[in-house]
Amino acid sequence: MSDELKQRKQTAVYVYEAPLRLWHWVTVFSIVTLCVTGYFIGSPLPSQPGEAIDNYLMGYIRFAHFTAGYILAIAFIGRIYWAFVGNSHARELFLVPLFSGKWWKEVGHELRWYLFLEKTPRKYIGHNPLGQLAMFFFFVLGNTFMIFTGFALYGEGLGAGSWADQWFGWIIPMMGQSQDVHTWHHLGMWYLITFVMIHVYVAIREDIMSRQSLISTMVGGWRMFKDDRPD
Amino acid sequence: MPQLETFYEVMRRQGITRRSFLKYCSLTAAALGLGPTYAPQIAHAMETKQRTPVLWLHGLECTCCSESFIRSAHPLVKDVVLSMISLDYDDTLMASAGHQAEAILEETIQKYKGEYILAVEGNPPLNEDGMFCIVGGKPFLDQLKHAAKDAKAVIAWGSCASWGCVQAARPNPTQAVPIHKVITDKPIIKVPGCPPIAEVMTGVITYMLTFGKLPELDRQGRPKMFYGQRIHDKCYRRPHFDAGQFVEEWDDEGARKGYCLYKVGCKGPTTYNACSTVRWNEGISFPIQAGHGCIGCSEDGFWDKGSFYERLSNIPQFGIEKNADEIGTAVAGAVGTAIAAHAAVSAVKRATAKGDQE
Repeated sequence: MSDELKQRKQTAVYVYEAPLRLWHWVTVFSIVTLCVTGYFIGSPLPSQPGEAIDNYLMGYIRFAHFTAGYILAIAFIGRIYWAFVGNSHARELFLVPLFSGKWWKEVGHELRWYLFLEKTPRKYIGHNPLGQLAMFFFFVLGNTFMIFTGFALYGEGLGAGSWADQWFGWIIPMMGQSQDVHTWHHLGMWYLITFVMIHVYVAIREDIMSRQSLISTMVGGWRMFKDDRPD
Repeated sequence: MPQLETFYEVMRRQGITRRSFLKYCSLTAAALGLGPTYAPQIAHAMETKQRTPVLWLHGLECTCCSESFIRSAHPLVKDVVLSMISLDYDDTLMASAGHQAEAILEETIQKYKGEYILAVEGNPPLNEDGMFCIVGGKPFLDQLKHAAKDAKAVIAWGSCASWGCVQAARPNPTQAVPIHKVITDKPIIKVPGCPPIAEVMTGVITYMLTFGKLPELDRQGRPKMFYGQRIHDKCYRRPHFDAGQFVEEWDDEGARKGYCLYKVGCKGPTTYNACSTVRWNEGISFPIQAGHGCIGCSEDGFWDKGSFYERLSNIPQFGIEKNADEIGTAVAGAVGTAIAAHAAVSAVKRATAKGDQE
C-alpha cells in the first residue's frame, strides 16, 4: 500500500461508502442508547410514584434497550454483508493480517508514534494497522460478544423455545447460569465504553495531528491528505 | 422380576376410593400441564403398572429435600407417591438401620437390576478419596457409583445433587461435586432448589412412573414443565417492576406497598423455578410474597454470586470483590485519565514541533 501511496498525487480518496457511513452512525446511536438503558436496567432509577397501572418506566427502558439491540445486530449483519460487496476498506475490520510481518512492523511504528517516539505518522487511506487491530479486538469481538450474550438474555424473556432461545440459549449454561451471563454482558458494556472513549479520543487526535482527515471522512466518505510528502 | 402390586392396588389397600383415585389422576394431569385428556391415561397406567423400586441415597446434604418431599401439599399426592414408589432404601425414612438397612440396598440392586430409579439427595465429596462423607462405613462416593451402575434413571434431588450447592461453594474444601460429574452413563434428571418444591418433586416422580420415561428436559437437564420459566416471568409483583416501582430499602413505603424487590437483590429474573406459580406449603406463599427477594436457590453456584441483597453479582477474580459497575468505572476512569494525560503531552509536542510543519 505504501508503494501505491508513493506515486499518488491526489489528495483525496473516497474511502467510506455511504452504507458503511450509515452503519457507523446507526451503531453510534445504538451503542449510546444501549449503554444508557442497559445501565438503568442493572441499576434502575428511583421508584416511580403513583399506581403501577399509570407507570411503565422499566418497560419503556427495556423496550428501548431491546429495540436498539435489534438495530445494532441487524446493522452489524448488514456491515458483514458490506464487507463482501463493498470496497476493500470495508473488509479491514474483519480481515486483520495477523501473519504479516510487515503489518506488525507498521503496528510497531504506530505504537511508537503514540508513545511520542516517532516524529511523523504514516499516511493511510484506510485504518492504520494499530487502529485496525484495536477495531477488531475491541469493536468486532466486543460487539459480537454483546450481540450473542444480549440475545441469549433476550431469549429468556421470550421464553423457552423462542427463536432467541434456540439460537443463543446455549450461551447461558456455557457461562454457568443466567446471572453469570448478566454479569458478563454488564462487563461487556464497560469494555465497549472503554473502546468508545479511546476511539473518540484517537479520532479527534488523529484528525488534528495525523496527515489525513478522520472525522470528516466518516461523515462524507472522502479521506483528505494534508501533505504531498511520500507515505 | 418379583411380582409387585400395582399403584392402584396399593391405593385401594390404603382405603382410597376409586372416585378419589380418579380425582388424583386428573389433578396430576393438570399439575403436569398435560391437559384433561391425559387423566385416563394416568389412571390406566396406575391400574396396570407395577410399583417401581426407588433407592434414595443421601450424600453431603441437609435433608431439606426429604423434609420438603414429605410435606407435599395435596395429601393424596403424598400418600400416593410415598406408597406408589416402593421406597426400598432411604436411610432417613426407613425403619431398619445399620447392617439390615445396607443389606436392603444390596438386595434391591441385585433383585431389580436395571429397573430401579436412583434418587440422590446431596452430593459426593471427592477430596481425600471421598472420606468427607461416610455412609455405612464406606465413602458415599463408592455407594453412589455402585448404586448408579444398575439404575434405570437417576434423579438429582435439590441443588446439592444438581449443582453442588453450599458445600461446593468457594473454596469447596471437600471438593464436593454435583452427581453428574460422577455418574456419566445414565440419564440424570435435575430437580434443583434448596429444597425443591414438594409438588415439583412428587410431580416429577409421578410423571416418570406413569409414562415410564423422563419428562422433557431443558439444556441443563431440568424438567421443562417446572423449570421452563423464571420466577420473574410469573411473579405477581412483576407489574411493579415494569412500572419502575421498587423497594429501595427494607420497611420503606415501597416495601409496605409490595413493590418489586429487584433493587434489594431479588434473583427472580435469573432463577428458573416454579415458586411463583406452584408456591409453597399448599400454595400459601413463596419468598417474594413474604416480602423477601428470591435468593436464586435453584441456580448453579448461587452461594458465590455475592450478597443476596444486591442486584449485581460480585466478581471475586480481582482480589477484592467488586461488581461489574465498580470494575467498569475504575477501568473507564483509568482510561479517561490516561487519555487526558496523552492529550496533554500531544498538545505540548504539537506546540513545540510547530516549526517542523510546512
